Amino acid sequence: MRPIEIVTQALELIAALAVAPLFLGWINQCRAWLQNRRAPSLWLPYRGLRKLFHKDAVVAETASPIFRLAPYIVFGAMVVAAAIIPSMGTRLPFTVAADAIALVGLLATARVFLSLAAMDIGTAFGTLGARREMMLGFLAEPALLMVIFVASLISATTALPAITENLATQALGLYPSLAFTGVAFTLVLLAENARIPIDNPATHLELTMIHEAMVLEYSARHLALMEWAAALKLFNYACIGFALFVPWGVSTGAGSPLSLAASIPLLAVKLTVAGAALALIETLSAKVRVFRAPEFLATAFLFAVLGLLVHLLLGG
Amino acid sequence: MPGALLDVAANEPSDDLGGGGVLLGAQPLEECLFSGINQDRESGSAVFEAQEGSRGVCRWVASYYNSMRIQVAPSVMPDFQSSLSVCLALIALWGLIGLAGLLRPASLRFAGRTLFPLGALCGVALAAVAAVSLALPPEESVLPVGLPELPMHLRRDALTSLFLFLLGVASAGISVFAAGYFRRGRGTSAGLMCLQYHLFLASMGLVLLANDAYTFMVAWETMALSSYFLVTTEHGIAEIRRAGFLYLLIAHVGAIGILLSFGVMQGGSWQFTFEAMRHAHLAPHWAAAAFLLALFGFGAKAGLVPLHVWLPEAHPAAPSPVSALMSGVMLKTAIYGVLRVSFDLLGQPQWWWGLVALAAGLFSALYGVVFAAVQTDMKRLLAWSSIENIGIIFTGIGLAMVFNGVGMHSLAALALIAALYHSLNHALMKSLLFLGTGAVLHSTGERNLGRLGGLIHRMPWVAWLTLVGALAMSGLPPLNGFVSEWLLLQSFLFAQEVPRSFVSMLLPLGAALVALAAALAAYVMVKFFGVIFLGQPREPGLARAHDAGMLERLGLAWLAGGCLVLGLLPTQVIGSLRIVVQQLSGATLPNVAAPWWLLVPLPGGRASYSAPVFLIALAGVVVLTVFVVHRLYHRRVRRAAPWDCGFGGLNARMQDTAEGFGQPIRHIFGALMAVKRELPSPFDPQPRYRVTVGDRLWQSLYVPLGGLVQRVADAFAWLQQGRIATYLLYSFVTLIVLLALML
Repeated sequence: MRPIEIVTQALELIAALAVAPLFLGWINQCRAWLQNRRAPSLWLPYRGLRKLFHKDAVVAETASPIFRLAPYIVFGAMVVAAAIIPSMGTRLPFTVAADAIALVGLLATARVFLSLAAMDIGTAFGTLGARREMMLGFLAEPALLMVIFVASLISATTALPAITENLATQALGLYPSLAFTGVAFTLVLLAENARIPIDNPATHLELTMIHEAMVLEYSARHLALMEWAAALKLFNYACIGFALFVPWGVSTGAGSPLSLAASIPLLAVKLTVAGAALALIETLSAKVRVFRAPEFLATAFLFAVLGLLVHLLLGG
Repeated sequence: MPGALLDVAANEPSDDLGGGGVLLGAQPLEECLFSGINQDRESGSAVFEAQEGSRGVCRWVASYYNSMRIQVAPSVMPDFQSSLSVCLALIALWGLIGLAGLLRPASLRFAGRTLFPLGALCGVALAAVAAVSLALPPEESVLPVGLPELPMHLRRDALTSLFLFLLGVASAGISVFAAGYFRRGRGTSAGLMCLQYHLFLASMGLVLLANDAYTFMVAWETMALSSYFLVTTEHGIAEIRRAGFLYLLIAHVGAIGILLSFGVMQGGSWQFTFEAMRHAHLAPHWAAAAFLLALFGFGAKAGLVPLHVWLPEAHPAAPSPVSALMSGVMLKTAIYGVLRVSFDLLGQPQWWWGLVALAAGLFSALYGVVFAAVQTDMKRLLAWSSIENIGIIFTGIGLAMVFNGVGMHSLAALALIAALYHSLNHALMKSLLFLGTGAVLHSTGERNLGRLGGLIHRMPWVAWLTLVGALAMSGLPPLNGFVSEWLLLQSFLFAQEVPRSFVSMLLPLGAALVALAAALAAYVMVKFFGVIFLGQPREPGLARAHDAGMLERLGLAWLAGGCLVLGLLPTQVIGSLRIVVQQLSGATLPNVAAPWWLLVPLPGGRASYSAPVFLIALAGVVVLTVFVVHRLYHRRVRRAAPWDCGFGGLNARMQDTAEGFGQPIRHIFGALMAVKRELPSPFDPQPRYRVTVGDRLWQSLYVPLGGLVQRVADAFAWLQQGRIATYLLYSFVTLIVLLALML
């Protein structure tokens, strides 16, 4: 392990932790611009986290240790996932221990513990949210796995940095299979991160909640960690998307401090554009009924499988 | 020394054999040389076989080359009894323990405190011997028991050792649990149950050791019968009798398939030893017939769709330790049978057999998990989940056959290792879950998910240990379920390189279906654990629930520990599985140099996974977060009532039910199920809601089949006239016909 690799890994982790709430703030800002209203400050998510950390935690009487443990596990899973995704450089020492399938497994761990925590209190809303989240998860996870599978088939490896390196160093040859899987990935991103059209992150109506229903019972530092984990999840998904579909700019090869330093502003540009695009998609769509959400995700799954078939048929 | 090269002149006597280490307490070399057979002077090589020695089988092969260097490759352990004898002795000990149960049939204490723990110790010993003997060459033995022409042949090779290890480890945990589990109930007495249970274990061990068709079928039949009696322990209940009958019926239908398969495999030699079957060269269509019959027969025992109908009935009917044993170990003997027949007895499997197995496996996996998601009985849910996992194992086996058939041997090894790893994993995970349900059932008397809830507060030990099993079953890293899923997906990744174009396009789709099944498995496990242990108790009687006893906790902890070990040390486990796969199919994974904590199945930097590092990273981040948050801020907690949106009056009945949790799956996959709903109307004086989810295959396949059998039987009923004169006439006519044929 060379020092540059350790620096890359640490930098990616710190960037993920620090920038994720800002990313959320930026998306809210773009949405506000599109909806012709004034957005709150870009730094509001940070102030919200700080406020929550200071509060006293109110825990329901029926809660078990799983309820109190889950925020830490979910947050830990998201942090470890951030360590696997090559957002700035492809020389990450930790990825020897965990590849893309382990990444999907980490996301599944977070989802399972979130659902278990939601069921722990035993109210109607928590269990409803858990059921809906697992329903989305069982269709989104295979779709994500298929997207990664297609990229793995192209690069002959399942290690995410190696996939990125392979895709980045190719000449700008378009893979039609990646077009299909790109659409699938966008749909999965919207579903997994509780954005419109699957779930309204700003809703107050419990009957329409999916993600929010699961964190309904949380308060103070637990809620802060859950919110931060949700922001990290969106950041991670965005970085997975960049790693698979827009890999240029990531410091590839042996990695020099210069290329690493150059990748940071490029990442910022990518995040800005991605945030704006996400806000645009959210503004243009309406939230679908919960019964229609499986159709939405089945479309994502089928697009991913189509991408797989296109790759196998056309070899590209 | 075993494997040493000796310089011996062509006709020299055997005084000097390098320190005598070669002889191993068996015949001296000269006797072996002069009892040599198959001497081939032209090519300058000869193969010598010793006859049976006094200390068990002394069978070693020395190759004699022109340069007169002899390489001795003995196959007998140096100083003590062969491992085959030890395994056989332990299995016989199980039988003896079972018989000892008859001494005091009514005494629960005797069976519970003495016999079952003794059986568990036998299991541990068996697992230890099997683990040690995995790397040793195969051993054979012939017992002077059995038919005149066909004594009992036994063989212990690496595949047998692996499954004996599985049997030993799983049964140890289950026996310890069972020691603390059995209470006085209606039905079979404790001593009789001890006999049936240990006979079940012994017969499963004998199935694994059998080296001829007779021993195999006798042991198979004993397994089926003893488990039938175990399933119908509470035979006072009609539903349980019905479930047992269905189980026995399908077990025998499967046994017919296996018998026919053995009949085809003997290939005209009329020798029913496995050795003869290995050497019989069958025409391709006969080999295919043998394979399909074996798949049918073993699939009926394993629970492949559409022969799965007995599983969701028999597993809930049986007592929980028996369900655990059936689901964890008995289904794996069917897997053992398929592997033995297709890779060993039939030689090289053809590639299209793999497609059949793959298709059957994928369909079973999806069918099983979809039905598991909509169940309302906790043991039926686990039974359907077993069907799913068996499907995944068959998928791995099918993939291995396809790769083997097209010549991609290292990938065949990877797929086969994935299937074997999943067998090991499932044995431990499913046993753990079934034992957890047993503890819940004893403590609450409820099997229905709609009447459970919030048990983590009353039964913390059972809950936390079952959580390990549920997380492992969901395939979450760093537990063991993830490793086998990872290996299977890795082997699917290379399916695009299969030379046959149509197949190479279809196989990666299998990966999509496996991913779907795995994601649904997580759904099922969240439902299982969440509805039973989390939330609020749905019935007031649950307040009286108590945690499991010491022996039960020990059994659960043993299995949970096994799950952890299998998850954290995959490289070591795969090191052993490689030996099995090498002996079985001749294919092996290439050697990749890697540290002990890193799993790198294939060279070329394609994929790697390290469970210990993963666990340390995740645990480290969690602990660090806890520490930092508590340091920088505080850890104050206030308890209050749950959030009720200001409505007030929320009660435990307003939680999601099991039907509710399965509703999305019922909505999406309703076409596969026969759903009957009874909805309340606003004008009902006593409104009720009922939904029953039935198996469509039962209605469309089994009921017509049953009707057909009934009609055929009725058609023959005219033979039974009821008058003795007619029956005497039948005997007379038969005698006349036979005499005419003989003369």
